[in-house]
Parts: sequence; structure tokens; C-alpha cells
Amino acid sequence: MEVAKLPGWREITPAGVAFKSSLEYKTGVWGVLKPHIDQSKCRKCYLCVVYCPDGAPKVREDGSVEIDYDYCKGCGICARECPAEAIEMKEVGEVGG
Amino acid sequence: MAVEQVVMGLNGNEAVAYALKQVEPDVVAAYPITPQTIIVERFSEYVANGEVRTVFVPVESEHSAMSVCIGAEAAGARAFTATNAQGLALMWEMLYIASGCRLPIVMAVVNRALSAPINIHCDHSDSMGARDSGWIQLYCENSQEAYDSIIQAWRIGEHPEVQLPVMVCLDGFVLGHTLERVMTLPDEEVKQFVGERVFMETMNHEGRRVPYRLDPENPITIGCLDLYDFYFEHKRQQIEAMERAVKVVEEVGADYGRLSGRGYGLIEAYMTEDAEAVVVGLGSTMGTVKEVVKRLRARGLKVGAVRVRAFRPFPHDEIIDALEDIEAVGVLDRAVSFGLNGGPLYTEIKATLYELEVKPLISNYIYGLGGRDMPMHLIEPIFRDLLKNVERGRVEQPVRFVGLRGE
Repeated sequence: MEVAKLPGWREITPAGVAFKSSLEYKTGVWGVLKPHIDQSKCRKCYLCVVYCPDGAPKVREDGSVEIDYDYCKGCGICARECPAEAIEMKEVGEVGG
Repeated sequence: MAVEQVVMGLNGNEAVAYALKQVEPDVVAAYPITPQTIIVERFSEYVANGEVRTVFVPVESEHSAMSVCIGAEAAGARAFTATNAQGLALMWEMLYIASGCRLPIVMAVVNRALSAPINIHCDHSDSMGARDSGWIQLYCENSQEAYDSIIQAWRIGEHPEVQLPVMVCLDGFVLGHTLERVMTLPDEEVKQFVGERVFMETMNHEGRRVPYRLDPENPITIGCLDLYDFYFEHKRQQIEAMERAVKVVEEVGADYGRLSGRGYGLIEAYMTEDAEAVVVGLGSTMGTVKEVVKRLRARGLKVGAVRVRAFRPFPHDEIIDALEDIEAVGVLDRAVSFGLNGGPLYTEIKATLYELEVKPLISNYIYGLGGRDMPMHLIEPIFRDLLKNVERGRVEQPVRFVGLRGE
């Protein structure tokens, strides 16, 4: 979002009250590393879904997991917690996030 | 006509506690520190006796006291605390959160010097340090004004165009512990004057208009992350709120005058018409200064006094009106800014008067640090010095230290 195009100080909510859902505040650009899931190793235990502080891993209809890179800050907790070692942290660009 | 009132013998701290009893806020959270302790002691007695329905939270530190007030006010309650010096310093980060979240908390600051060296007596270095924290600051001359200001503070801070926290400053011991004759209003008059808390309107995450308070029926997020894309705009809103407070402090002071017969403004000018030399200052010392003015006037000297009641918002226009025709202005400061030549009030007054084409001769008198007394015999030479500056047509010494050994 271009800062100059945002509403002026008279228009916005007072004291920093969130006037939009956090879904619209995409924080995925913050990270340096991004998780990459090797689907062949994934046991679908969903510990990554539980542990992620941002709710970035999503369960697809077929039960497999994908990372929503719009919200992933690249903290690496999912990779650390994954008992199957199916998640590898890679530099942004390598995973397309 | 003013309502019938009851005279009570109260020290400044008791006057604050009594006013607070009449206001009956929802939450009081405080930690004891000399010379503020009496406020909290008295108020906790009211709570223990069932005289108020206030929830009293005996916290483990001033940081927690302010945090409790912030939480309570965010939930829609009225919250009060009192502190000074080291306690105020420990609250520091929460002061900015209270004002940044636009929560109209009321706090009594019973002014005391900051350590080190350790000292429990009066000066203004504690609240002056918090002058840029976004709080409205009112400085009281006597215990009557402390009582009156605690009642007015809610109406000022909670005004829909303001919504900012308010510090009511009274001099430690000089007012805090000194018995005075205080006129008190009937409980119901105080309650009616203060009224119900008014809330700002805001928008929730779905874009609906809702009151600015934490309400499970209408959830909002208060105090969330606010980066380079919005923070600047929110600070501008705070600047605007503080500017609006100028008018509100006056309106509420005048309204209170209609109720009680004791009206208040942003400043109080005393015998300044036709004066050549005027002393400007804050707090209880200005009562002594006015007495000196009266005595010097009786001897034919053209002198006056200006007491600044509201230091934040700073009463720019009122200061110009009161001082533009004065030849010599002496500013009293009971605080210092190390590395700056002069005290905080002096630099504000000087900056304000700079825009005048013909500027008064302005000099600074730093006094009373750590509770050093400021009797009349130290104030009179200040007027003599100012009148000498008028004769010379220049300021001989811009900053003097009054009552300091070795000067």
C-alpha cells in the first residue's frame, strides 16, 4: 500500500483502533526465510497449524497443508516442531513466497 | 448564584481524596509514595467504610497502577491514581500509552523532587519531565483549587473533543500536608457536574460505528500495531485534541465558577494592568508572589503576577494578552532542564513572546529545588531586579538561582 494514498488524519479512527480485519494487513513480506513443505514426508499431524503464531499454514480439502505466504513471517517454528522434518526453511524466492 | 457549600478543614491531599469520594470513580489503583500517600489512605478508608462503590486495587508498583487505570478506562470505567517523583518516573511508559490510547484517566501528582540525591520535598521536576507525555497538566495554587480541579478534570479529559488524560499537580507538603479552609460542594452537585462518561465514536474491523471501549458485544482492538503508515496521523489527532483542550479547560472552569462561585481559567493575571514588571510562575509559590505584589503596589511599584494554571495545553494566546505590554517579565521555575540555559516555563514563555514585535525583557529565576523555601524576602528582590532591567533597558543576567548558597 502506498502511504501517500491512505486516508488523512481526520478520516481515520482515533488512537489506532483497527478499522479493518487483520486479514487485510499482509505481513508476509517481513520474512527472510520461508517454510517449504515436502508433501511426500508430511504425516498430516497438523502440529504446524497449531504452533504457527500467525495461522499461516492452511489445511486443504484433501488434508494436505499449504502455507499462506501473505501472513507467514518466516519465524521457522513450524519447521522446528514438525516431527516428520517435512518443513525446510528456505530464502524468499526459493519458495515463491 | 452559587450553591450552598460546607467549609472543611482539609490539607491538599485530603481535599483531593474528598473530591474523589464525591466523584466516586469506578476504579482507583495506586501505590503509596510520600507526599501523596494521604490521598490513597483517605480514599481506601472511604472504600473500606462502604462510603463509595469504587473498586480499589492495591497494586505492587506505579507501573501497575497506571496499567490498571488504562485497562479500566479502556473497558469504559472511570479510573484515578495518584503519585509523584520516583512513582511517576516508574509510570513513564504507561503515561504515553494512556494518552496515545486517548483514555481520560485523572491523576493527582503531589509534586516532589526526583532522586538522586534522595529528597521527598517539593519541586516540579517530576511533572515537568512528563510535560511531553500527552497529558493535560493543571498546576494548583492552594488546596481549594486542588479540590476544585479534581472535580473539573473529568469534564475536561472526557470532553468529546478532547479525550485525554489529566494530571492535577499540587505542591508536595506545601499544599499536600498543610491544613486549609476548603469550601466543599454537596455530593449530588458534584455528581451532576461531572455527569456520565462520554465515549468517542470509532469504527470496528467490519467498518461499523461503535463506541470507543472494550465491549464483548462490539469488539474493537485498542492499542494495536501502528507503523509508519498510520502512527504519524494518530499523533496529529492527539495534537488536535490537546489544542481543543485550551477552550475546554476555560469552558469547564467557567461552568464550575457558575456552580461554586470559584471560576478558573488557563492563567490567572493579578494586577497586571499598567504593570511594568510581572512575575510568572506555577503552583503554590504564586500565592506568596501575589502577596508580595500587593505589598509592593502599596508602596507605589507597578508590579503584577501571572499564574499559569494550565501548562499543557500551553495557553499561548492568554500569555500574549497578559504580557504583551509588560516591560520586564520574570519567570519562576521550580525545575531545571540540564544543558538548557533556563527552566521549562521560562523557555515556553520566551518562545511565546518571541513573536511580539516589541518584546518584554525576559529573565529566569530558578528556585525551590528539593523543597527549598521561597519566602517573601526572596521574591521581592526578583521584582527589584526586573525593575532594574527596565531602567537599564536590557536583561543583566538571564538566569538567576534564588535562595541558593554561594550565589
